[in-house]
Amino acid sequence: MRSGDILRFSLGALQGNRVRTMLMLLAMSIGVAAVVLLTAVGEGARLFVVNEFASLGTNLLIVLPGRSETAGIGPSSFMGETPRDLTIRDAMALVRHSAVRRVAPLNVGEVHVSWRQREREVPVIGSTSELLAIRHWKMAQGRFLPPGDPELAAPLCVIGAKVRKELFGPHPALGEMMSIGDRRCRVIGIMGSEGRSIGLDVEELVILPVASAQMLFNTNTLFRILVEAKSREAIPRIKTHILSTIRKRHQGEEDVTVITQDAVLATFDRIFRALTLTVAGVAGISLGVAGILTMNVMLITVSQRTAEIGLLKALGAHRRQILVLILTEAGVLSLVGALLGLAIGEIGSLVIGRIYPALPVSAPWWAIAAALGVAIVTGLTFSVLPARRAARLDPVQALSHR
Amino acid sequence: MIRLEHVHRVFQVGEQKVHALNDLMLHIGLGEYLSIMGPSGSGKSTLLNILGILDRSTSGQYLLDGTDVTSLTDDQQARTRREKIGFVFQFFHLVPRLTAEQNIELPLVLAGVSPAERKARTGRVLQAVGLEARAHHRPEELSGGQRQRVAIARATIMEPAVLLADEPTGNLDSASGKEVIEILEQLNRKGIILIVVTHDPEIGGRARRRIRLVDGRIISDISGHEKP
Ligand SMILES: Nc1ncnc2c1ncn2[C@@H]1O[C@H](COP(=O)(O)OP(=O)(O)O)[C@@H](O)[C@H]1O
Ligand SMILES: [Mg+2]
Repeated sequence: MRSGDILRFSLGALQGNRVRTMLMLLAMSIGVAAVVLLTAVGEGARLFVVNEFASLGTNLLIVLPGRSETAGIGPSSFMGETPRDLTIRDAMALVRHSAVRRVAPLNVGEVHVSWRQREREVPVIGSTSELLAIRHWKMAQGRFLPPGDPELAAPLCVIGAKVRKELFGPHPALGEMMSIGDRRCRVIGIMGSEGRSIGLDVEELVILPVASAQMLFNTNTLFRILVEAKSREAIPRIKTHILSTIRKRHQGEEDVTVITQDAVLATFDRIFRALTLTVAGVAGISLGVAGILTMNVMLITVSQRTAEIGLLKALGAHRRQILVLILTEAGVLSLVGALLGLAIGEIGSLVIGRIYPALPVSAPWWAIAAALGVAIVTGLTFSVLPARRAARLDPVQALSHR
Repeated sequence: MIRLEHVHRVFQVGEQKVHALNDLMLHIGLGEYLSIMGPSGSGKSTLLNILGILDRSTSGQYLLDGTDVTSLTDDQQARTRREKIGFVFQFFHLVPRLTAEQNIELPLVLAGVSPAERKARTGRVLQAVGLEARAHHRPEELSGGQRQRVAIARATIMEPAVLLADEPTGNLDSASGKEVIEILEQLNRKGIILIVVTHDPEIGGRARRRIRLVDGRIISDISGHEKP
């Protein structure tokens, strides 16, 4: 038989029984759509978290006070014996390594700010000029904290766009003096509105020189030190450098924890990938169900068309031809069903993307390929049994089948 | 052309054995016109199915055109069936979703013949059965007689040596039955071996050679014309 004739015959048979065809297309497309949609959402969640972490900065090491056995952000770093505090001088000491690009000490607190009659409780960050580049932040107006001796407590501040709006309203904020706790500072810059990072929204921040923040919080310690490596490869070397430097400065105690951002990121990446795979597996089961439905429908097809198959045999069709005809039908059904499911899945992803714009919902190519492949393979494999049954039919009995 | 030697066909029905054909001997020469008659259950269809290689004998030999059919593989049997044998059934057995033309060309499609040649050949056989105007009608749009003529066209499209008809008029009124028989006889006059199973003595009597089966045995085999 010519392949064109095989295809035409199968398509004719499919058109001849619309209910059956629709049923199979439905089963197949739901299975594929489920895989595409669920992996798209899983992958979207993963990308969301990865992007959040990436926005912290690249090639970053985070130094926090206190030793923690497990390298993670957890309460363990705040428990146990009271660790020696991190100081601005500790941070300055870390700069002295050829692979370190930037170092930014960090202080965090919540402070009362006001300008004229308006007041507000805002999160405050104390840091240095380096923070801007480490965090990939952008300025909207003015400039960021000036470079210089970090131990100098200059009465300057940079504010987020929302703080500016809520405190200054229509008035120009740049150059104004505002109250911050029991002190005053001059606004020298306003942060651009883009740039979110976990927990802190740049728009709501006030940023001070680290020494000013220490005075404000009445402390001489740091919350964190951010260290940016010149390259990804240098990260392990810098980690050793940080630990040995701190040990030297803290009388032999290695009382800090160094988190590499890569490690955190990799952990989340792994968790979410596992999650996506699990979800894809669940969706895969629905494909399996679609496969079994395919088998049943094809079995019904074969028994409905027994007389026709008997006739073909009486007309001189051999077993392989019958097998090929039935499998072509199943193949066409699976392929069309899979493509339909893909379309449904993609449309669903688009809709979810519209509803949750923050989620980068998009099915990864491997999920699409796997869904299509599995659909066609299950469609075909589950049809082998019915097709073989058809091919083995005894023509005399098949013909007398009514 | 056709030689059956000591052919048995035994069906196992539960515990019982049904001897549908019992030590059958039959020789049929080129261009013969045979009718097979006999009571219901006497083995007529079984015999026709074995002649058409739709069924295998339990024992015995079947030589078709010099080759031992029983020794052929499945695929070789399918090929022989396609090339040498045409079948006409009581219930027509047309594919409902296909037009008359598409039904007729099925054997050619299975044989992988090109569409252009198929078109030419279906045109010729449609003309032979007087259905040129019905080429694009589906079976449901045709009368019983017309359906059977489509089936005959399909059975002869491969220009087989043998045409087997199992009660071809059994589902037709006598007028269209007569038409169908006349078409079959016309094909026989062009050289095809025609074997017709029938209940109808009038139709059976038209054949030059008349065989009577009872309980799977040939009880009479008469050639030449006689008064009924
Ligand atoms: N597939 C089968 N299984 C069991 N018995 C069968 C089968 N086909 C035919 N028979 C039996 O063989 C005998 C001959 O049947 P058949 O050739 O159909 O008779 P006819 O066509 O002369 O009416 C009958 O007794 C019938 O019951
Ligand atoms: Mg019969």
